[in-house]
Amino acid sequence: MADTQSTITGNRGLQLEEPLIFEQDSPGRVGVDFPDTDLSDNRLGGLERQGPVGLPNLSEPQTVRHYTRISQKNYGIDSGFYPLGSCTMKHNPRVNEKLARLPGFASLHPMQPTSTTQGALELMDTCAHWLKVICNMPAIAMSPAAGAQGELCGMMAIKAALEDRGEGAQRTRVLVPESAHGTNPATAAACGYSVDSIPANDRGRVDLDAFLSKLDEDVAGIMLTNPNTCGLFENDIIKIADAVHDAGAFFYCDGANLNAIMGRIRPGDLGIDCMHINLHKTFSTPHGGGGPGAGPVVLSEPLAAFAPLPFVVHGENGFDLVEHKSGAGKKSYGRIKGFHGQMGMFIRALGYMMSHGSDGLRQASSDAVLNANYLLAELKDTLSPSFDGPCMHECLFDDHFLKDTDVSTLDFAKAMIDEGFHPMTMYFPLVVHGALLMEPTESESRETLDQYIHAVKGLTARAKSGDAKYFHDAPQLTPRRRLDETGAARNPILRWAPGGDEEKS
Amino acid sequence: MRYLPLTDNDRATMLSAIGAGKIEDLYTDVPAAALLAGPVDLPAHQGELEVERAISAMAAKNLNTSDAPSFLGAGAYRHHVPATVDAMIQRGEFLTAYTPYQPEVSQGTLQYLFEFQTQVALITGMEVANASMYDGATATAEAVLMAGRVTKRKKAILSGGLHPHYRDATTTIAGYQGITMTAAKPDFQCNEDITSLIDADTACVVVQNPDFFGHVRDLAPLAEKCHAAGALLVAVVTEVISLGALMAPGDMGADIVACEGQSIGNALNYGGPTVGLLAVRNKHLRQMPGRICGQSTDVDGKRGFVLTLSTREQHIRREKATSNICTNSGLCALAFTVHMTLLGETGFSRLARLNHARAVTLANKLAGIQAIEIINDTFFNEFTVRLSKPAAGVVEALAAKGILGGVPVSRLYPGEKELENLLLVAATETTTDADMDALVAALGEEL
Repeated sequence: MADTQSTITGNRGLQLEEPLIFEQDSPGRVGVDFPDTDLSDNRLGGLERQGPVGLPNLSEPQTVRHYTRISQKNYGIDSGFYPLGSCTMKHNPRVNEKLARLPGFASLHPMQPTSTTQGALELMDTCAHWLKVICNMPAIAMSPAAGAQGELCGMMAIKAALEDRGEGAQRTRVLVPESAHGTNPATAAACGYSVDSIPANDRGRVDLDAFLSKLDEDVAGIMLTNPNTCGLFENDIIKIADAVHDAGAFFYCDGANLNAIMGRIRPGDLGIDCMHINLHKTFSTPHGGGGPGAGPVVLSEPLAAFAPLPFVVHGENGFDLVEHKSGAGKKSYGRIKGFHGQMGMFIRALGYMMSHGSDGLRQASSDAVLNANYLLAELKDTLSPSFDGPCMHECLFDDHFLKDTDVSTLDFAKAMIDEGFHPMTMYFPLVVHGALLMEPTESESRETLDQYIHAVKGLTARAKSGDAKYFHDAPQLTPRRRLDETGAARNPILRWAPGGDEEKS
Repeated sequence: MRYLPLTDNDRATMLSAIGAGKIEDLYTDVPAAALLAGPVDLPAHQGELEVERAISAMAAKNLNTSDAPSFLGAGAYRHHVPATVDAMIQRGEFLTAYTPYQPEVSQGTLQYLFEFQTQVALITGMEVANASMYDGATATAEAVLMAGRVTKRKKAILSGGLHPHYRDATTTIAGYQGITMTAAKPDFQCNEDITSLIDADTACVVVQNPDFFGHVRDLAPLAEKCHAAGALLVAVVTEVISLGALMAPGDMGADIVACEGQSIGNALNYGGPTVGLLAVRNKHLRQMPGRICGQSTDVDGKRGFVLTLSTREQHIRREKATSNICTNSGLCALAFTVHMTLLGETGFSRLARLNHARAVTLANKLAGIQAIEIINDTFFNEFTVRLSKPAAGVVEALAAKGILGGVPVSRLYPGEKELENLLLVAATETTTDADMDALVAALGEEL
């Protein structure tokens, strides 16, 4: 590998070193032109800021170059294949960005009279309608800001419904499969519930007998992801739903993996009571490097009345917003976010759904499942699949294929980076050893999948040939190589500080 | 369909490689009764042109703040966002990346998060900040939960100057985790004394500055009282540009600062998405929720950045995590960071002063109307006025004239007779003299 010090600047062609903005400060520069206002007649009550803030001064061209340069150190879906299991990294259509920026939406203030925002409320209502039909559920809460807040929203509705029928104090336990995403147990705990873990069977599904044995009068509900985090459809799901309801509890479904089934299977037909929908996964609103997301929650009839504020209703003079605990909002458990929800995400998701239509959504989920099964079929003799049979939209392998190679799942994933791919999800779900979870989505062509399969096979052969060092040293071709995460946590440096020495926490 | 690369030929080839005859063979685990034979009852696919036409028609039905004189505030503010901001956040490398769990291919996201955290810490006068929350209201709820963990106490006192949405979201979210809220009554004249409510069970007092009614508050005496009782002071800021002109909450003794960051870099978006800011003292760092970016070095000794302190988070700690938060507001945080970089020390200060000057001009103009009483002695870019009749009806009448005349307090405090005639009005750098004159003329006709 070429020595990085072999250039004078440390740059390597298009790989450019870029300091922090704080290291580019030069007083006298500015990136905006505002007049210097005289504040002799001020109403600040003697509480004016005294000293400088400490922000750096840069011009506009420096700012543009800075963020352009650092953007080039990122891998996005636009850059290449991003088979990050459980994250649904699909194409983000640009028309949806354009629509979200129309002044008629982007420049709309949340506290305008609703008489001036009928188009916005119509959009929210239309988006809600599409989601309810896709899920075959009677009601929806649109306001949750992300999937995890959607979980909170749904579990709060369950708790409110149980309290309403006088069982709030009695039902204190929530059942969560051990393969669940970490937000599930964290959410149950955030609602004041104790978490009881359900084991998986040898087919990667909920162990039905173990589940039934844990079901009792103190159970508030189950939080089950379907298809589950192993990429498998919970084939006993209807039996599970019936048992939950017979026990007087509710069924929370984690909808993170809706992309496998949209347009083909409706969660409402499986007996669920509520489910959040990650608009930033299934409905392609951009992940944005970690948000913003949106997590609307579909609700069954028994939970609908408890939905959070606000929500859109059809009133006498068109659409209206119910913002308070009175009238239609009487039983609501209240507000969980400022204003009305992630409007910008509703626009993008509706654009995506309308573009696909009922036929395209069905085709998209089928293609996502087909792509995952193609990876599974082509790699099953190279890697070690965790479970038999077809998968849904993602395929799961464990690290048995790396036995005795001195190459770990992490090492293998890092070597994938040098091959030009974003790694698969590693070490999740926790139910298999050294998990590698691959979710190709419907956005990938067969050619891309074939290139990926070719790379995985080649690296596996290399690992088995005894070249462990290659993997331990990977990645070698990235702007930065492996970083010291232990040191970062032990001695946290969380901000830049003047004087060249970053502040130690 | 333009988003789907597989051809029918690809599909047939792939099914055959899998050993399946048809796509349904891959859904054999699904109970037969749940498998739909055909599409759901929704319209069929449409071209980009048709979708754009349909959604644009909805946008056209709204009266937006770019087309009308607007004096709306109450926690969301219209500001000029430089074109550079949107150009940068629409770069696909930022827009289409996931959370930066693979730091070797995510240094772009990680570096701006480090810059963001530093900017947030600087403007709030605090020591550390996280990589963003959903919005100001949820950041406030998380601040209260955090205060509960730090103090091991279960009671929070909410000022009557706190935005009612923040009060409600905090009451719901923190309430489910066993924190009891005592919310003071609406304090539109800024004369409450909530220190008498502080007791040995108080985890924190939550106070907003400038408050919901626009008053500028000195937090220092309250901080002193909180600390004497072993409680934390949570300071809330809904108009983050005020920090360019006003004393930072950290400099007045706040222990946790929760802000709405929308004003910097982000459009109004009818209220979402926006970006929550959360900044704390170092000593409470390990009780802070959300993602945090930290500096490190790679195996070649080069400086780089990683997500850190993840042992607080749900993906490691599961039910013992500090919060269930996972996704935050990454791209909105980038917009904030790019805009703040353009502003810099000089621009941030000038923007804040300009906002205040516009609001002073507006107050002076409104003071000339007989039927209006200005409530505030102090304010930043928003203040409360009392009209001679209920504000909600006046605002509707102004809207009919194409003027977005402010937020009636009754929209957020329904059924409170004393507040019925109160109107919140805001002015920013986008508010022109002509806008103000139009408002004054229209109010003159309505009152």
